[in-house]
Amino acid sequence: MPVQPPFESWLRPDGSGLYCVPGDFHIDPHAAVPRAVITHGHSDHARPGHGAVLATADTLEIMKLRLGQGAGDSLQPLDYGEALKVRDVTVRLVPAGHILGSAQVVIEYQGQRAVISGDYKRHADPTCEAYELVPCDLFITEATFGLPIYRHEPDTGEVAKLIASLKDFPERTHQVGVYGLGKCQRLIALLRQAGFDRPVYLHGALRSMTDYYLARGFALGPVPSVSDTKEKLAGEIVLSPPSALGDRWSRRFADPLAGFASGWMRIRGRVRQRGVELPLIISDHCDWPELLQTIAETGAREVWVTHGREDALVHEVSKMGVKARALALVGREDEAE
Amino acid sequence: MKAFATLLDRLTYTPSRNGKLTLMRNYFRATPDPDRGFALAALTDGLPISFPLRRVLADIGESRFDPELFRLSRHDVGDTAETVALIWPVTQAGADAPRLSDVVAAVSAAGRGGHAALLTQWLDRLDATGRWALLKFLSGAPRVGVSARLAKQAVADAFGQGVDDIEELWHGLAPPYLQLFDWLEQKSERPSMSATPIFRPLMLAHALEDAEWAGLDLQDFAAEWKWDGIRIQAAAKGGVTRLFSRTGDDIGGAFPELLDHFKFDAILDGELLVVRDGAVAPFADLQQRLNRKSVTRAMMVKYPVHVRFYDALEIGGEDLRGLSFTDRRKRLEAWHQEFGPPHSDLSAVLSFDSKDALKLRWEATREEGIEGLMLKRRDSPYLAGRPKGHWYKWKRAALTADCVMLYAQKGAGKRSSFYSDYTFGAWAEKDGVRTLVPVGKAYSGFTDDELAQLDRFVRQNTIERFGPVRSVTPKLVLEVAFDAVQESARHKSGIAMRFPRVSRIRWDKPAAEADTLETLKALISAAR
Repeated sequence: MPVQPPFESWLRPDGSGLYCVPGDFHIDPHAAVPRAVITHGHSDHARPGHGAVLATADTLEIMKLRLGQGAGDSLQPLDYGEALKVRDVTVRLVPAGHILGSAQVVIEYQGQRAVISGDYKRHADPTCEAYELVPCDLFITEATFGLPIYRHEPDTGEVAKLIASLKDFPERTHQVGVYGLGKCQRLIALLRQAGFDRPVYLHGALRSMTDYYLARGFALGPVPSVSDTKEKLAGEIVLSPPSALGDRWSRRFADPLAGFASGWMRIRGRVRQRGVELPLIISDHCDWPELLQTIAETGAREVWVTHGREDALVHEVSKMGVKARALALVGREDEAE
Repeated sequence: MKAFATLLDRLTYTPSRNGKLTLMRNYFRATPDPDRGFALAALTDGLPISFPLRRVLADIGESRFDPELFRLSRHDVGDTAETVALIWPVTQAGADAPRLSDVVAAVSAAGRGGHAALLTQWLDRLDATGRWALLKFLSGAPRVGVSARLAKQAVADAFGQGVDDIEELWHGLAPPYLQLFDWLEQKSERPSMSATPIFRPLMLAHALEDAEWAGLDLQDFAAEWKWDGIRIQAAAKGGVTRLFSRTGDDIGGAFPELLDHFKFDAILDGELLVVRDGAVAPFADLQQRLNRKSVTRAMMVKYPVHVRFYDALEIGGEDLRGLSFTDRRKRLEAWHQEFGPPHSDLSAVLSFDSKDALKLRWEATREEGIEGLMLKRRDSPYLAGRPKGHWYKWKRAALTADCVMLYAQKGAGKRSSFYSDYTFGAWAEKDGVRTLVPVGKAYSGFTDDELAQLDRFVRQNTIERFGPVRSVTPKLVLEVAFDAVQESARHKSGIAMRFPRVSRIRWDKPAAEADTLETLKALISAAR
């Protein structure tokens, strides 16, 4: 058996992010680079100003909507599962289950396989393709919720909490803070699955992404804009960016009750700090058991942990007998979840 | 447990009083006995069980979690019990959660060694919120921002009764309050409380407005000093004595010297004070004795407590509340003459020749270190609550100081989108450099329009944000009104204001002309 080159010789962080040497491209670089593979459209992964960009068609469309000209000079879509030769490596994009269009990047080089997870989750999500497991030699994983305290309860229960609160407080507008891409549309879809058929009102900042999901055929029901109504929306659900919670914008509503859909809502201190009355623990990231399960299932003999709670995950994975290390990458914003 | 966990969870995050009442009302209506009664106990006087939570958690933690992961997790969470609730490995998801009544019964029956096993098997059967709520429940005092009074109010509202009715019964009942709920649901008669000393709702006073003063006839009113202590109701019967706070909390345990001597058959209304050699000590001295479960000998010597009675609700089993103030006062004086216990005296009734004389007396109260005057209508019966036109409190005029706004914080409920809580400072000089030192915080005293203006000022003059708090350019002067300044070791400035509020917004005044810390410190002695 030929000696295989160490992973660090062909995949390593540099000043712009994670760089694949024999393919000559970065994965989710923080700064503008000539050639980038982008895992998904969130702004801490899809930065503006790259030269050539390779991503799923949905991710490219999302980047165009959010970044306009900044999406990249030449955009190349790649279907899930399709293999593409890039210089000396083969690249595939595989569903990551995080948001619409999100992908893991699978790179094969000299008989070895590395998987860069991007952001991912194993929980089912009606608004994106389910995570697909890819066995590999090197697994580069995120660790946003890399502590055993983070275990996301079933999302159906969280949505039930929201609907129950509408019954307790029918005189109050339920304003729920959501991340505009992914969480917003997933929460609407979950409400519909729970039988909630009233309109879900949207802040203007959530419009374009939600319209994109609608155009892609997701049945989200009536989602009017707040700006199109003069009503105070008592007893209704309004979705907004988290920054609009308890802000002047919310004064138009009837005694607004602030909710927030995020994995961070599991920690009481964070709920209080944000002045949230109705925390909904709905996350688009793996929780602790899912991280460990995924690492074990990939069969990787080496694990690199990119962003989040690296210390704890490295500690636990090492106990499993797998070589693990933290990989410090610049520019990740785990708080935005 | 599930319903209780949801209730506690929602209560901790619901800032408004009405919101909390709604959540509790719905809970008490929907939850069966005896669980709701134990929940009520947890929210009011505490549970009739004790559980060595801290020790048990330390014991079982070792065997259940990796210490390194626990340490990292504890760092993210900031609270040990919450960390345990979150980190607890799920072993029997979907198992039947224990009922509150099961928990109480099992803890009561468990020996010293059995606690860890009990807690472990309950935690195994609960979800994260349930585990957190169970740990809160077992800790004895859930601290979810609900006063005992508010919980009783919710019970009253849930079944269409008055909260005073519940207060009257309260100290004759015990968890899980089956008699109470039976009566509320009209399954039985109102419980009889004749054999025990129970709390009677207090008669409260209104602040005297200028217009009312103008129309007031001195002949109709008796005047007393307004004492700077806390209101207390001493209820004694059949050898049992209880001391109730104005909200009906039994606080007698912290005052054994009073319980020892107050052996009588009466329900009396008065002021709890620290009195040395006949002189009333500042409120700060009394604070040393408040909010304690037990008290040391040394504390009792250093801060000797005393009750100054001013009304009688019941004497020798006879309800006096229907009598006029004048008649109750005669009964009180006669009783105290004969039975007055040590550590007590009567609040003197003051007489004045004219309203002008009374007004002059009031104006001198601050210099004399007196909080103000009380005016009580001579022919009024003792009426529960705060009826209009019977009792007036006439507080001494407030002090004011010009301070500079330093920080602003968002309010709660209807004010959640407004920066409505202001930290303000005064000038202090050190080594020739003048800096603003925070001296207090105020969140009232302004109109809605003024609040909107202040909110705009904060947003336009923000320097930095810290979560819900912003620091602002120190340039807006607030005239702050307050009752007194006290020394305080807990504050960096060395002082604490009593009852501060914004009295005027001085848009016109330059910050450099605001008051100094020295000026405020000088008020400490002036208030005595």
